[in-house]
Amino acid sequence: MSDTHIDIEYTAKLARINLTDEEKEKLSGQLDSIIGYVEKLEELDTNGVEPTAHPHPVYNVWQEDEVKGELSTEEALKNAPAQRENMVIVPKVVD
Amino acid sequence: MEYEAVIGLEVHVQIKAESKIFSRVRAGYGHEPNTLVDPVVMGLPGALPVMNKAALDGIIKAGLALNCTIPDYCKWDRKNYFYPDSPNNYQITQYDQPICDGGSVEIEMPGHNRGEMGEHKEIKLTRIHLENDVGKLNHFSEDSLVDYNRAFTSLMEIVSEPDMHSGEEAFAFLTAIRQTMIYCGISDCDMEKGQMRADANISVRPVGQKELGQKIELKNLNSITGVKNGIEYEIKRQTRELKKGNTIKQATWRWNAELGQTEMMREKEDAHDYRYFPDPDLMPVKIDDEWRNRLRDEIPELPWNKQRRFLEEYSLPYSITSVLVPDRELSDWFESAAKQSPKSAQAIGNLVVNDLLRELGEAGQVLRDCKITPDSLLGLVQVVEKGTIPKNVANKDVFPEMFKSGETAEQVIERKGLKPDFDEDQVKVWCQEAIDENPKPVQNYKDGNEKALNALLGPVMKKSRGKANPQLVNKLIRELID
Amino acid sequence: MQDIFYKSASELSELLEKKELSSVELTKAMIERTKSVDEKVAAFNSFDEADALAQAESSDARRAAGEAKGALDGIPVGIKDNMAVYGQPLTCSSKMLEKFVSPYDATSIEKLKTQGAVLWGRLNLDEYAMGSSCENSAFKSTSNPWNLDCVPGGSSGGSAAAVAAGEAVFALGSDTGGSIRQPAAHCGIVGVKPTYGRVSRFGLAAFASSLDQIGPMTRNVKDAAMLLQAISCHDERDSTSYKISTPDFVKALEDQRGHKWTLGLPKEYFANAESTPAMEPVLKAIEFYKSLGCEIKEVSLPHTDYAVATYYIIATAEASSNLARYDGIRYTHRAEKFDAKDSVDIYCQSRAEGFGEEVKRRIILGTYVLSSGYYDAYYLKAQKVRTLIRQDFENAFKEVDALLTPTSPTPAFKKGEKASDPLSMYLSDIYTISANLAGVPGMSLPCGYSDGLPVGLQILGKPFKEDEMLSIANEFEAAHEFKDQHPSL
Ligand SMILES: [Mg+2]
Ligand SMILES: [Zn+2]
Repeated sequence: MSDTHIDIEYTAKLARINLTDEEKEKLSGQLDSIIGYVEKLEELDTNGVEPTAHPHPVYNVWQEDEVKGELSTEEALKNAPAQRENMVIVPKVVD
Repeated sequence: MEYEAVIGLEVHVQIKAESKIFSRVRAGYGHEPNTLVDPVVMGLPGALPVMNKAALDGIIKAGLALNCTIPDYCKWDRKNYFYPDSPNNYQITQYDQPICDGGSVEIEMPGHNRGEMGEHKEIKLTRIHLENDVGKLNHFSEDSLVDYNRAFTSLMEIVSEPDMHSGEEAFAFLTAIRQTMIYCGISDCDMEKGQMRADANISVRPVGQKELGQKIELKNLNSITGVKNGIEYEIKRQTRELKKGNTIKQATWRWNAELGQTEMMREKEDAHDYRYFPDPDLMPVKIDDEWRNRLRDEIPELPWNKQRRFLEEYSLPYSITSVLVPDRELSDWFESAAKQSPKSAQAIGNLVVNDLLRELGEAGQVLRDCKITPDSLLGLVQVVEKGTIPKNVANKDVFPEMFKSGETAEQVIERKGLKPDFDEDQVKVWCQEAIDENPKPVQNYKDGNEKALNALLGPVMKKSRGKANPQLVNKLIRELID
Repeated sequence: MQDIFYKSASELSELLEKKELSSVELTKAMIERTKSVDEKVAAFNSFDEADALAQAESSDARRAAGEAKGALDGIPVGIKDNMAVYGQPLTCSSKMLEKFVSPYDATSIEKLKTQGAVLWGRLNLDEYAMGSSCENSAFKSTSNPWNLDCVPGGSSGGSAAAVAAGEAVFALGSDTGGSIRQPAAHCGIVGVKPTYGRVSRFGLAAFASSLDQIGPMTRNVKDAAMLLQAISCHDERDSTSYKISTPDFVKALEDQRGHKWTLGLPKEYFANAESTPAMEPVLKAIEFYKSLGCEIKEVSLPHTDYAVATYYIIATAEASSNLARYDGIRYTHRAEKFDAKDSVDIYCQSRAEGFGEEVKRRIILGTYVLSSGYYDAYYLKAQKVRTLIRQDFENAFKEVDALLTPTSPTPAFKKGEKASDPLSMYLSDIYTISANLAGVPGMSLPCGYSDGLPVGLQILGKPFKEDEMLSIANEFEAAHEFKDQHPSL
């Protein structure tokens, strides 16, 4: 096993998940061992091997530009945690 | 020490289409909030994107018009970042294999005066890629409200090389892109509607220094003049800082058009870590020559080429071409008259640029709805050329009537009795009278003063109550004296 | 007469057609059965009795009018709670979506509706389909009907348990790394993961987009063929849906009867046979196929040892991005208290509260393997190894029609047994994961018992040859009694 250590603080922030100190400690230990395990891929020589992004590669899957289907505003917003004037309320953000 | 600015632009242009880029719900502007939405646009669990063929056609056409290479293969990547206007918290975009590579934009700098063509330059492009637009945040004092109508509109991002050096060049760059997009029917590029949006990367360095200075990103450039003013302001500001011996810190600034100044938004960016990876929900795109050629065939003659041709083929003055050419419809309208009689082109051009545009403006009409046709305008020019009526009568009395009623020039002349009630023999008689009554200018002419005969024009016109054709009068006087 | 709730879909279909049974009677029987056993089994997150009965009444009305829509009309089918059904909850067994009601139908659901099936209940799963035991549900831990102290497997544990316990005639599950096959094996039922692209993913809350497939979970092979046929299609709304026609899977079972198949045994899967508790019934099943005259061949899938590592990189990377939409903004749980001055805290706090531990673990792992400086070493590397794994299958299928393996190394384990060690839980998917990476179809079929708990035989087929895979399964099922054996509840 390698001695990779995940930067749990940084990664959790990127993932936008608050973690308690106990969670951080527990998770980083578990993740270090999982990462240590997945690093076994290093053993394989993959020079010249094309990556697979789709199990059955096909191309040019599209639709013609025709309008079809929509959600009513009411249905689109019915699960919203907070709404006003048919829009979703969010805390004031600096753009 | 002298300083120079280096500017790169990122221009986002919405591609005109009925439906959105990855969903077939209607795309549009100015609708009630959250009415142009569906599971994809709201990022609901289980929703999946499907490409819009029209968006692909649009960007490939744009790339061909801007001299890009269109590779055989491109793919989709996810750019992961959290923002309330982004329904999935990732944008579907193209990271390392964009649909358009390289490219260039021909721009024109302002000439010394309005009648003179300015210098043309080529600004290099890095790439153009396709991505989804995001929703819109409406800011209030306590909170913000999100409308997802704009989310998933087809958006292309045109990235320039750091190849510009002034606000004026940036202005010319955007103008050229805008005209090209409009010519090709790819976008209306209405900046007020957010159809075209620009961000600038600006740095300043001492002249002669090779490496670039610290760049800042300038956002919120909401109009083409905003781009020019914002960039110019920012160049001055940075130059001033450097002259004071200060350093420029990496930051994002915004242009405040109301105050006419730039202001800092945020000092260092959070280290962006977008975790790009290929979007597993979308298949890659393969592009062959047949597709490229079909779209290339749909590209009309582009503005700068048309202008060069108009200058050459029709001997038009620059000032007329610079009004005609930016408007594809107007220039086509002009040309359908001019190509029937190239020697009349300048007269046609003058009528179009001065009289037609004025009447349209006053009537609040657009070209498409106006009653006058290219053929009837050509008829008017030819009536003048034949000497039937003088030009001032044609412009002042005939043209406005034709514009209002849609009649031909002959119909207006007939109806308003503008045709002279005398013939050429009568004009000849008046000319002989004028020669006899004005011996002095006649003698001066005989002594070699060509211009002396101009003195006879007035008396003849007076006798004809202004209806004689000046060109005809000139010709007859000369014949009678010589 | 056998209890109505353990009849197969094809038997029920005949009874409905002959009008010896109405859909309302059948649906009521399901409701009664569920009410009587689900306290123990805990397969359902929720069910809408009135809605199900209304669907059944429409079915009966159609049939009375001579307008029945086919074999599925009037038959209740359970739905894993990660597929969108209009007007019904879609929770993914997560606090994040506890109150979410879907405003649209998944394509598979739409297809079932047009064929008149009665959509019955929302079945428990590991939160966002992440897990192998159903213990990661935010709401309840489903029990294995064969032994209530054991897990049903996962993530489609609710679907497997409900079908095994007679609470649904059959059910839809979803399989990203074994989530249909492993719980099917543990609960003694048939579970089919179709070829990637055979069934539309539109409306399935994505876990890992390049691996996920919806598939049938049934009590026999013929029902699996029926249900698979009902949901298979090329869907314009899913770009990864494959443009291929749907064979008549039910008819193929008859047509291919008695065919002498060439069956492969991947030697890597049988390397630790002695220490694999689920191996004995599987070896017997292999003997059975030999006795039928099928040729049994040893083959090699040389990169098998790397499959779990490859899977956990690709699946978590995709998941970290797919689950970013659950953010406290548009439709999910939003934290009541967050630091409004910190523009990201509404996300961080809502996600901290809304996601369970395993989901957090996987999102953070996926975020890590994609993050700056690590992409090439982990994600790109895994994509390349995925190519090697795909090639392993291509090579094997040049020699054989299908592969036979155990579905899971062990029968169902005790609740809590693996909960504290995520890696050992991940390794329990060792036989199922490769099929998702390669995109090939796979199924689990009950083939015996170990310690009184069911054991599954896994059959892996050639891409888009589910008909052959099902036919191979059918031969075994026809000669054994397992499909008629049910847990006592
Ligand atoms: Mg950009
Ligand atoms: Zn962009």
